[in-house]
Amino acid sequence: MSQTKSAFGQAASLDTEHAVITRNICKNYGAVEALKDLSLEFPRGQLTSLLGPSGCGKTTLLKIIAGLLEPTSGEVEVNGRLINGPGPNRAFVFQDFALLPWASVMRNVAFGLELRGMPKSEREAIAENYISAVGLSGFENSYPHELSGGMRQRVGLARALSVDAKVLLMDEPFSAVDEQTRRKFQEDLLGLVQNENKTFIFVTHSIEEAVYVSDQIAILLPRPSRVSEIIRPRALHGKDVSNIRRDPEYLDIVDQIWASLRSYVE
Amino acid sequence: MKVGNIQLPGMSSLLLWGLIWEIVGRSGLTFFVPPLSEVIATLFSVIGTPAFLTALSETAYAFFLGVFFAIVIGVPVGILMGKNRLADELLLPWVNIFLSAPLTALVPVLMVLFGFGMKSIIITTTLFAIWIIILNARAGVKQINRSLVDMAKSFLATPWDAFFKIYIWAALPEILGGIRIGVIRAVKGVIIGQLLISIVGFGALFELYSSNFLMGHFWAVLIVLFAMAFAVSELLAYLERRVSYYAATR
Ligand SMILES: Nc1ncnc2c1ncn2[C@@H]1O[C@H](COP(=O)(O)OP(=O)(O)OP(=O)(O)O)[C@@H](O)[C@H]1O
Ligand SMILES: [Mg+2]
Repeated sequence: MSQTKSAFGQAASLDTEHAVITRNICKNYGAVEALKDLSLEFPRGQLTSLLGPSGCGKTTLLKIIAGLLEPTSGEVEVNGRLINGPGPNRAFVFQDFALLPWASVMRNVAFGLELRGMPKSEREAIAENYISAVGLSGFENSYPHELSGGMRQRVGLARALSVDAKVLLMDEPFSAVDEQTRRKFQEDLLGLVQNENKTFIFVTHSIEEAVYVSDQIAILLPRPSRVSEIIRPRALHGKDVSNIRRDPEYLDIVDQIWASLRSYVE
Repeated sequence: MKVGNIQLPGMSSLLLWGLIWEIVGRSGLTFFVPPLSEVIATLFSVIGTPAFLTALSETAYAFFLGVFFAIVIGVPVGILMGKNRLADELLLPWVNIFLSAPLTALVPVLMVLFGFGMKSIIITTTLFAIWIIILNARAGVKQINRSLVDMAKSFLATPWDAFFKIYIWAALPEILGGIRIGVIRAVKGVIIGQLLISIVGFGALFELYSSNFLMGHFWAVLIVLFAMAFAVSELLAYLERRVSYYAATR
């Protein structure tokens, strides 16, 4: 553990600024050009949102960074190293949770560690910590079908946190949960970004959500998509969380983004 | 079963058919159908005899080994076909052909290849059961949620782990369904093997009883066979129901 920490420390000192860099990414699905020459940098320890209309390639980009998809051309650098596949420095949170229906909450949360070959008692101790961190204490032995959508996504989040990856990739993690749960999640996410010292890459459809949780927002335009604009609502995060939604700056940024996106929405 | 508004207890249709059987038997319509009561009496007298016990053990041996091979070969092959396009395109036509082929016609070929003994009977049993097991395992894998596969990949699962911790479980409802149908086909396979290849086991008993017109004995052994096949298939159906809760949420 301490070895990996110091390795991260070294990598960080090489390039303190950016945890993830994508350069000139192109991705074609047969004749469909999903991404074209997309370059983007993700500041370390911050949350970057990918925002854009449906079908513009947000999931595609996220999966390329995760190493789940090969780009047609271009490269992805994580902590100063080119990637060629999934790696332990990245963890994915899925829109549809991707839990094992036949496994308890405990086993699901510990599953990433199980696949890494960590002994049972050790991984369950770590999982237990994250289960209580996401507020699911007492549900260790429940099964996913016994939980609400919000609770299932907490399990997915705890699983991603427990492998201690420095980069967290989240594909519309809150889109399958109800509005109130969603707001609570957004607040919790702000706390996570502040306390966990991880880099978050967050895909969303919602302008309000992006402005609320992000340090940086990359706006993607429809196919073949590239970054059209980068907005940094960082200043908002110095302010009181409960007032952000009433802040004039927040409202301005939301308006500004809507202005640039509205022409792409029929 | 329901008559008018009255819900009859389960299995009442069996009672009705048993009654009809008894009446037809007593009417002396045909020697082929002795009364059910007589068949059952014969059943109890036959069941403890050494001839029956040898037949039972020979049949059970070939049956369970045949089913065992059908499962340990069929499930991995089906999963491989579901995962891998190339394997699927290579194997699917063959699986479909054998699924509907009159396998009985192949038995003489097996006898030439593997001799007249137990080996050929076991292989016949496997051949009857395996194709539907392959197809069902394949179908089970085909409908796995992509995210589960991505999840396993993103946590760097080895192919071994992916197979034993994800694919088998995700496809379990379909795999069990395939095994249940496969087991029923295996019963057919083992009896056909015993009749055609070497006259042993229950096949020998059927042969003996029917050529001596011992219809009571014939039916008694058939009932035992049906009951055993039914019990195995019900056990599998029960397991299937146990895992069906997650079929919807994969
Ligand atoms: N496996 C695939 N084969 C062919 N085309 C695909 C495939 N996956 C995605 N696409 C296409 O690539 C484009 C980008 O898809 P992607 O899922 O990345 O978009 P998205 O921004 O995540 O959309 P959404 O907001 O609806 O989730 C879409 O037009 C889609 O039709
Ligand atoms: Mg998407």
